[in-house]
Amino acid sequence: MLNLTTENSENNQADEFEIAVPSPPELMKRRAKSHLGFILGGSVVLFALIVAIFAPLLAPFDPYDQDLTRRLVQPIWHPTGTWKHPFGTDALGRDYLSRIMFGSQVSLMIGFFAAIISAVVGSTIGMMGGYFGGRTDNFIMYLINVKLALPGLLVALSLVSVFGGSIVALIIILSFLFWDRYAVVTRSITQQIRVNDYITAAQALGASRTRIILGEVLPNVMNQIIVIASLEMAVAIIIEAALSFLGLGIQPPTPSWGLLVSEGRSFMFFKPYLIVLPGVAIFFLVISINMMGDGIRDITAPEGRN
Amino acid sequence: MARFLLHRFYISILVAITVSVIAFSLLRLSGDLAAELAGEDATEDEIALIAHQYGLDRPLYVQYFDWAKNAVSGDLGRSLFTNEPVAEMIFERLGVTIKLAFYSITLGLILAIPLGVLASIKPNTWIDRMSLGLAVFGQAIPNFFFALLLILLFGVQLRWLPISGNDTFAHFIMPTMTLGIGVMPQFMRLTRTGMLDVLDSDFIRTARAKGLNPMRVLFKHALRNAILPIVSLMAVVLGFLLGGTVIIESIFALNGVGFLAFESIMRQDFPVVQSIVFILSLSYILLTLFSDLINAQLDPRIRLG
Repeated sequence: MLNLTTENSENNQADEFEIAVPSPPELMKRRAKSHLGFILGGSVVLFALIVAIFAPLLAPFDPYDQDLTRRLVQPIWHPTGTWKHPFGTDALGRDYLSRIMFGSQVSLMIGFFAAIISAVVGSTIGMMGGYFGGRTDNFIMYLINVKLALPGLLVALSLVSVFGGSIVALIIILSFLFWDRYAVVTRSITQQIRVNDYITAAQALGASRTRIILGEVLPNVMNQIIVIASLEMAVAIIIEAALSFLGLGIQPPTPSWGLLVSEGRSFMFFKPYLIVLPGVAIFFLVISINMMGDGIRDITAPEGRN
Repeated sequence: MARFLLHRFYISILVAITVSVIAFSLLRLSGDLAAELAGEDATEDEIALIAHQYGLDRPLYVQYFDWAKNAVSGDLGRSLFTNEPVAEMIFERLGVTIKLAFYSITLGLILAIPLGVLASIKPNTWIDRMSLGLAVFGQAIPNFFFALLLILLFGVQLRWLPISGNDTFAHFIMPTMTLGIGVMPQFMRLTRTGMLDVLDSDFIRTARAKGLNPMRVLFKHALRNAILPIVSLMAVVLGFLLGGTVIIESIFALNGVGFLAFESIMRQDFPVVQSIVFILSLSYILLTLFSDLINAQLDPRIRLG
């Protein structure tokens, strides 16, 4: 959106003066550098990633360490706050900054793996439907319709209540919630490109179906998969937080941001920071992932933006 | 048209049957429901007795057909917890959820359509950026967090609105704001994209060249065409909202279907959970079927293609 004018003027120049057109990677680099949303969003995501990976080193306290003599210490911006606990402490006297830092591990891990697993499952299903057509495609459309008809959040809640709220269980359950968009998009792109000459050429050379799908089709849908993955990762993080908030996700004492909001809820009238801090953390992470995702789309496929 | 209709019905029925099987199996995946119902210190005999009473000792497919047969005649079984008929429990509360979904979609559209139209006639200006910013905000803020913030502001600080229950219209205001902000972005983006496409087309240029009133061109010619996909999206969002109100209904203690579903999941009341999942799926299937039929009626390319 931001780089529209520069890009047009580049093209115009290229037409008028016959200057060599920059290579696609060079163009992408240029677009990335001038894309404010991508840079901002990417920086916040990178920051969260560093905090998550190095949380054991960076966090001032053990996030599980209770100290009942230091319950509900106010954060630093409150007149009674101290630098010892910049974000205060929770109802059990645990350092809130440390808990929020460790909480980023849960959010990022669940968001990332749920997006990746659903991408693999959804894209495989979608490319198969698009490539083989006929009965396979009908069956896949039927699967997608079934998925869309089910109330996702309720199904996820029921499954968590049955299988428990471990991180692995949540990743698998959330993956089941998100595969359909990948399938829909990769299916329609595959349908469009399977009639191309290079696919026919590969078929004539005797390449196996697996090889054609992985070698010829996949590179063409990869952009879209990455864009969807970044958006779905954001949604997965919100849903994990919501499930944990309802008590049907990550179980205490593991610090998940949704769980922190839920634990802080009983104190929110007097200690609003207990819900505001983790809530704002979710909001910033999600908004940054979205901005990064929109940025990736603008950078890799500027013609598809709107 | 007949062939299109037939195919569409056939798919819908197939999907509905599959969904009923999934809804039926959801809570049964836990394995020994009878042991769970009997409680922790039940003996083997007691568990066997309970399994027999609830018919859980029969093969799963027999239980399914039994349930499906009764469901077709409107009997969804009884709650394990309150022993009320499930169908009654659900329909008593459906009103609250439908009201909430309807209000939320209305609020979403009231925000989204004017903003989307404004953004499309002035692309890449501050108004465009502002409406996109609002859309990004609506997408990124977790609705349970937004709900709590509203409670802090309007319920506690200003004391304007009640924070729980569903007795009056005022009880619906905060839940509606929360869900309305959540569904607004999709409608806004779709309006903006649709309008940008339509405004670029030849018939708009012709209409303008004829010297028609610009407002008339915008609303009568352009918006009318751009609004078609919004109708389809409305069906999808309505279906989503009927099941997506779980969190908001439990925060504001709105006694709707979502709250009922949440409570029933927490106490493993599977006759209620499976019926809610099934009814919501069925309403989604019917809503999309309906919107597809409208679209096919409006657009001959769909029904003949």
